[in-house]
Amino acid sequence: MKKELKLTVNGQPYELYVKPNTLLVDVLRKELGLTGTKRGCNSSACGACTVVLNGMAVKSCSILALQANGGDVLTVEGLAEGAKLHPIQKAFLDHGAFQCGFCTAGMLMSAKALFTENPRPETEVIRESIDGNICRCTGYNSIIRALTAVSQGEYGEEQ
Amino acid sequence: MSAYSVIGQRVHRIDGPEKVTGSAKYTFDMVLPNMLYGRILRSPYPHAKILSIDTSAAEKLMGVKAVITGKDTLGKKMGIWRRFPELCDEEILCREKVRYIGDPVAAVAAVDEDIAEEALDLIEVDYEPLPAVFDPMEAIKEDAPQIHEGVELNINVTRHIEWGDVDEAFKKCDHIREDRFTCSSQAHVCMEPHGAVASFDHNGKLTVWTSTQSSYYIQALLADMLGLREGDIRVIKLHTGGGFGSKFELDSAQFCASVLSMKLCRPVKIVLSREEEFTATKRRTPMVYHLRIGAKKDGTLLAKEVRVITEGGAYTAMGATALYLTGFFSSFPYKYPNYRYDGYRVYTNTAPTSAMRGFGAPQATFVGESQLDMLAEDLGIGPIEIRRKNGMTPNYEVPGQAHIQSCGLHQCLDSIEKHIKARGTLPPNRGIGIAAYGFMSGGIFNWFNTPYAFSAAVVRISIDGKIDLFTGACDIGQGSDTTLSMICAEELGVRLEDVRIHAADTAVCPADLGAWGSRETLMNGNAVKMAAADAKRQLLEFAGAKLGGNIVYDLDIRDRWIHLVDRPERGLSYFDVVREAIRGRDGEVIMGRGHYTPHRKGMVSPAYSFGVQAAEVEVDPETGKYKLIDVTTAHESGTVINPIGIEGQLEGAIMMAGGYGFCEEQPMDEGRILNPSIADYKLIRTLDMPDTRILEIDTYEPEGPFGAKEAGEGLTNPTAGAIGNAVYKAVGVRITDLPITPEKVFRALKEKQNA
Repeated sequence: MKKELKLTVNGQPYELYVKPNTLLVDVLRKELGLTGTKRGCNSSACGACTVVLNGMAVKSCSILALQANGGDVLTVEGLAEGAKLHPIQKAFLDHGAFQCGFCTAGMLMSAKALFTENPRPETEVIRESIDGNICRCTGYNSIIRALTAVSQGEYGEEQ
Repeated sequence: MSAYSVIGQRVHRIDGPEKVTGSAKYTFDMVLPNMLYGRILRSPYPHAKILSIDTSAAEKLMGVKAVITGKDTLGKKMGIWRRFPELCDEEILCREKVRYIGDPVAAVAAVDEDIAEEALDLIEVDYEPLPAVFDPMEAIKEDAPQIHEGVELNINVTRHIEWGDVDEAFKKCDHIREDRFTCSSQAHVCMEPHGAVASFDHNGKLTVWTSTQSSYYIQALLADMLGLREGDIRVIKLHTGGGFGSKFELDSAQFCASVLSMKLCRPVKIVLSREEEFTATKRRTPMVYHLRIGAKKDGTLLAKEVRVITEGGAYTAMGATALYLTGFFSSFPYKYPNYRYDGYRVYTNTAPTSAMRGFGAPQATFVGESQLDMLAEDLGIGPIEIRRKNGMTPNYEVPGQAHIQSCGLHQCLDSIEKHIKARGTLPPNRGIGIAAYGFMSGGIFNWFNTPYAFSAAVVRISIDGKIDLFTGACDIGQGSDTTLSMICAEELGVRLEDVRIHAADTAVCPADLGAWGSRETLMNGNAVKMAAADAKRQLLEFAGAKLGGNIVYDLDIRDRWIHLVDRPERGLSYFDVVREAIRGRDGEVIMGRGHYTPHRKGMVSPAYSFGVQAAEVEVDPETGKYKLIDVTTAHESGTVINPIGIEGQLEGAIMMAGGYGFCEEQPMDEGRILNPSIADYKLIRTLDMPDTRILEIDTYEPEGPFGAKEAGEGLTNPTAGAIGNAVYKAVGVRITDLPITPEKVFRALKEKQNA
């Protein structure tokens, strides 16, 4: 009944056996223990479960794990390189772009996908890119300021 | 040089690295060996007798380890207003009767969530539906169904506040207005759902890891409900994904997980679904407001009379506080010489209403600030002018209620006036509305009946100079761990990285009431400052002897340098003094203790913050749709401890309070909430979010740590009122029921055209 799933997550290849109805978010959180990815609604409405799949921001609660078969997944745990934080993470710290932190992984991964596609987005494009991510704490503007700083090259590194 | 070396700095949050790398652990993420998963069966009826519950089929399902109902509990009733037993009215697991759609009746623990969910379908509950009532105005009628035995007319709580001679004063008014407003409900929508992992062991000890605003309340309420000693219950708050008022009472996840774990002696985890978050947790209190206000021709306010009926839902919860505070804050932020408030909280067969950020004050501010603009227009006076004429000032006494020390309301008005002028002439269909507000820095009235100090802290300094700060304060995202660490570092004259905080674990931290009522910066901040000062005094005694200075010199510590205040070059390294002081005390570490409970500060709060907000909207007169363009807030909260924290509170409040004014609502049909999902419950997203500006006003609060006071909830008070006033300025229609949806604006515009 279980099917084979091949997945590369944060650079590490995995071979797993999962039920066909297993969601990608559950493979990440339960099978691989990557609990940095959250789940806020299970209906793709809040964006807390956003990961980057093959370069695109994807809500991992709304995709079956088997649909990602053969894919390359990046989660929040794969954003920093060892002790070195990613520029988006640094900008979030500098601008206080999080409070409770529950939506943060989703925000970071939506932003990561945006910068991969467009390294210098305008503020309006940044706003649109995280319109699918709900944050109940910050009022978003600190997140927009953080991402705008990254877009303007203030962190001067590869995004 | 700033008077302070740590506070006021734009520091990174101390929980930041964990939160941006995904390593911060929430209850939602927690897994223990041998752990089971629980789900809760809830009533599909708004009001029904439970005739019988048959759990046998569920128990037989492979993977199910236990099924519990109200019969497995002690049958006690929970209430957070413990001082008044009649207000403790919630069984959590109902035994005889359910009172709203979502009331828990049974819970299951199984090896996984899917099996637990499947088992819920196998539980047979035989209900006898009873007549139900949903509208508080219906529920107070003689022939309405009775929701709680012995509660006449379903009136749960009444509150009366009065000063001056209101009836005489109205006789002297040149102009009187009477208006009616309605305020809607609102869901907290914490990104992390309510959840708990409970683990009871064979030694008779219960440990609960949970997402909470108060570890101490949960510990004490679990002890009451489970018949355990408080000391045999350890409650540990992990990173908590938001609270906003929804997480400081004992909830169904915490209680059911604990009862299941006690039955099985295995860890049980229960996390509520998003649908349960909307339908079966508590929510903001809907209110019907009748207001009468009287003034002289020149705009001097003489009298106000307020009558409020609130929709209580099925249980008391924190609704009694909301009822009082909405009455108290209906007088804010003005000097009414004569004032009368009568509030009635009415039970209904709907989800209980309780605390939510602002706690009755957003409702009071929406109706009060709308009506004040209406009155000013009647009198031909500008909105700033009428507020300036009547606004509170420092050292003002609210008769019989409160003593206000610091108050920067008038500077805030000046600042907002400048802002409005700078915006210049606005294009057609655009308007700026203002609202003035105030809020408390923690509550005084001890409804929980705690014998402990309201806040407490312990500081321990070890041989390497590292300071361990122990506090029961709960960081739920608002940043109290960072703010309190900053206060500790400032008082001890060290750097922020010298402090390590241990918070909200009842086994190791002193009791503290937790995060509600915007209390932590002032109340816990005072306790932390006192504990740090206690430890510092011990270091200074040792350093003083060592330095051998003239007795007239005072000692202080700044940036890890213990020195004579008037001869700062003469001193000793903090680290050297710590090492030698510990050696000199026979190896005993340095311990400092602090606590704070307000005394002689009136009935409500030890301090109040103030502000004025201007909202700018642009309305499409064809459709009624409008956009929030800009929200600018002149705000004073005493000394700013953590500037990034305040900015975050302010902008976040605008998202939440703007939502309350603009789009958030919970429509119901026969007690059933119709939009229990994030897709259907409309929240402000990035594209709806206005520009936000902060005009910080300097004040100093003598009662607060380093002069600080609240900056959390007060900011949720003004926005709905400012939006309502802005829509009126833009297109001349006045909406008196929240939320101010485009549909209501459209209908009002049509009505105006037809008139």
